[in-house]
Amino acid sequence: MEWFVNIVSGLCLVIGSLFAVIGGLGVLRLPDFYTRMHGAGITDTMGAGLILVGLMFQGGFSLVTVKLLMILCVLLTTSPTASHALAKSALHFGLEPRVVEKEAGS
Amino acid sequence: MKHSLALGTTLFGVWLLWSGHYTPLLIGCGLVSCLLVVLLSRRMEILDEETAPVHLGLRPFIYYAPWLVKEIVLANIDVAWRILQPRMPIQPTIVRVKASQQGEIGRVIFANSITLTPGTVSIDMEGDIITVHALTREAAEFEESGEMDRRVTKLEVPD
Repeated sequence: MEWFVNIVSGLCLVIGSLFAVIGGLGVLRLPDFYTRMHGAGITDTMGAGLILVGLMFQGGFSLVTVKLLMILCVLLTTSPTASHALAKSALHFGLEPRVVEKEAGS
Repeated sequence: MKHSLALGTTLFGVWLLWSGHYTPLLIGCGLVSCLLVVLLSRRMEILDEETAPVHLGLRPFIYYAPWLVKEIVLANIDVAWRILQPRMPIQPTIVRVKASQQGEIGRVIFANSITLTPGTVSIDMEGDIITVHALTREAAEFEESGEMDRRVTKLEVPD
């Protein structure tokens, strides 16, 4: 049983790290400020999430896992709030998002 | 009163989970500090349904969170795949979405869910109209379909 938990935990850690790297790659490759935020979003959700889940498997049923779960909750509530504040201030400062088409009525 | 009770029990639960030392002295310290926080919040008159959203109950965790996690994972894989392709097939789009939630907490949950899903970021909010920047046309269409909006609204009013 222990080897199985270790494999699942290791998989989560590796895939999570992979997504964190892809998010960083996205920040480098995407063309403008607003699209780059989407790249950073990958690191925030899938990257951090899977790494924390992988660590929870290592923690087992203990207080450590509860604390990791709380870290995940804090991350998942604060990171979109920060992203929104960042995007909103950029928009109000006058940075125009580059778009392919404007929807009718906007 | 129900907000004080909710805040007090939550605070004490968090204390118990974080300390891990269950001696009378430390539990007593926890009780005293939780009570002090509740009393201070009452005196500051910041204890309302915003600081202790008891009216939502456990519904966000039972009905909404699993669906949101599924959507986040799917969106993550989609955006990651697009970033990795040499041509990067993205169509940045701006759409305006109506938030049909009554309370502020509901709208915050909705706007944060939009931002949390990779491929869509809520960049502005005026009244009940949220401006969403989407990385792809599909992501923009998903927000326009209003499924997320309906699910968040359902959290406020149980059917």
